[in-house]
Amino acid sequence: MRTHLENTGKKLITLVSYMGGASILLGKTLLWLPVPPIKRKPIFGQLYKIGVQSLPIVSLISLFTGMVLALQSAYQMQRLSAEMYIASLVSLSMTRELGPVLTALIVAGRVGAAITAEIGTMKVTEQIDALETLATNPVRYLIVPRFIALVLMLPLLTIYSDMIGIIGGYIIGTYKLHIAHNMYMKMTYEPLVLKDLVTGLLKALTFGIIICTVSCFEGMRTEGGAEGVGKATTLSVVISFIMIIAADCLITALFYFAFR
Amino acid sequence: MIEIINLSKKFGDHQVLDSMNLDINKGETTVIIGRSGVGKSVLLKHIIGIMKPDSGQVFIDREDISRLRGKNIVKFRLKFGMLFQGAALFDSLSVGENVGFSLFEHTNLNKAEIYKKVKRALQLVGLEGIENLKPAELSGGMRKRVGLARAICRDPEIILYDEPTTGVDPIMGDAINHLIRELHDKLSVTSIAVTHDMTSAYKIADRIAMLYQGKIIATGTPDEIKNSSNPVVHQFITGSSIGPITNN
Repeated sequence: MRTHLENTGKKLITLVSYMGGASILLGKTLLWLPVPPIKRKPIFGQLYKIGVQSLPIVSLISLFTGMVLALQSAYQMQRLSAEMYIASLVSLSMTRELGPVLTALIVAGRVGAAITAEIGTMKVTEQIDALETLATNPVRYLIVPRFIALVLMLPLLTIYSDMIGIIGGYIIGTYKLHIAHNMYMKMTYEPLVLKDLVTGLLKALTFGIIICTVSCFEGMRTEGGAEGVGKATTLSVVISFIMIIAADCLITALFYFAFR
Repeated sequence: MIEIINLSKKFGDHQVLDSMNLDINKGETTVIIGRSGVGKSVLLKHIIGIMKPDSGQVFIDREDISRLRGKNIVKFRLKFGMLFQGAALFDSLSVGENVGFSLFEHTNLNKAEIYKKVKRALQLVGLEGIENLKPAELSGGMRKRVGLARAICRDPEIILYDEPTTGVDPIMGDAINHLIRELHDKLSVTSIAVTHDMTSAYKIADRIAMLYQGKIIATGTPDEIKNSSNPVVHQFITGSSIGPITNN
């Protein structure tokens, strides 16, 4: 019984210290964020890596998701002769839920893992220490540009994902299910209100902060050579995924109960 | 110039530095010797302020570096140059950007002026025309020399060397020893090197200090250390596997 309690206690301490460490890193990032001079070159580099280079995979997954969503809902809607609602279902699902969540999961897997591997390798090869000896703060030099890029790019990628998903649904709706073009477009935009878009973008912003904090934190605490980098990268993706889903649930509940 | 007073550092249950004391004189090259894992690199990281002690103080020009924060510590670190064991060059930057990193980050010099200084630093370590190469394209010895060029590019007052000859062949090791000696003579800097390579220690040191069980147990000129009657020092410098170090 005592051992069980001790183990639970230890796990709880580990969890709290992890959350504390990650929060401190986020706090330091926010503190360094407005400090001049803000160098544009590393920020644009990260914007390109995180945003532009994610476009192909986001396009592919969003297009297929929109298509599958339209096809799956067609099963039920056709029975009720309500095919025209497929458009509304696709647009609402993409903007409120699938667009932000799928984009965040893609970025966490593609970009978050790369950030952890890069910073982790720098940590184990003493490059982070070298930065400090050269009188350069690692948070400012490494994390701030990534934070800015993720917070800017994730909402933009989400809007892009929403659009591509809707196009995917449109392709199936008009070419396969033979819904009229005008009707499909009308049913896509009619049920959408500003709140839907805001919910999605708020989620994207939150997910961007989560991905940056988790991936950078895991990178900065990497120890133990190449094996340590591998472990940190895996952990970074797993923790980011869990936190994205948890945050999604929380924000959805918040908007459902508080801003009905 | 550098005064280390009662410095202690513990990692978990392992007491790495245990109330250790050491004075380092201006313009001298002090070599700290000791077995691997004895805390030599930890000591260097305390001197440059990237590790904070559990207790004790590190005074640089009468200022306690362990208490400095923010802009003050940045100002202090600009006095230093450090060569890391694995060179710690930034993989994503070219050799030129690595060497001139501190100038790009902390001065308003234009690119041409910075590259002039980069070229001079690379010349001092015997490398020229490699500014546009990436660290991955360099050999181990070249990486060390580029690391050294980065350390001296800003004309530091103090240079720290972490195992300068580890991981390079004996000929390159000797070339690096010559380079350290030459830089010391040309730039008149205060140098602190940590190593377990006694050939290197004898070549570059004005003074040698031995770190053992968290404390400095002997200091002296290379000749004094060679003739030391301390059995621990004697075992270490002769590289014997039998003696008080291994008996503990």
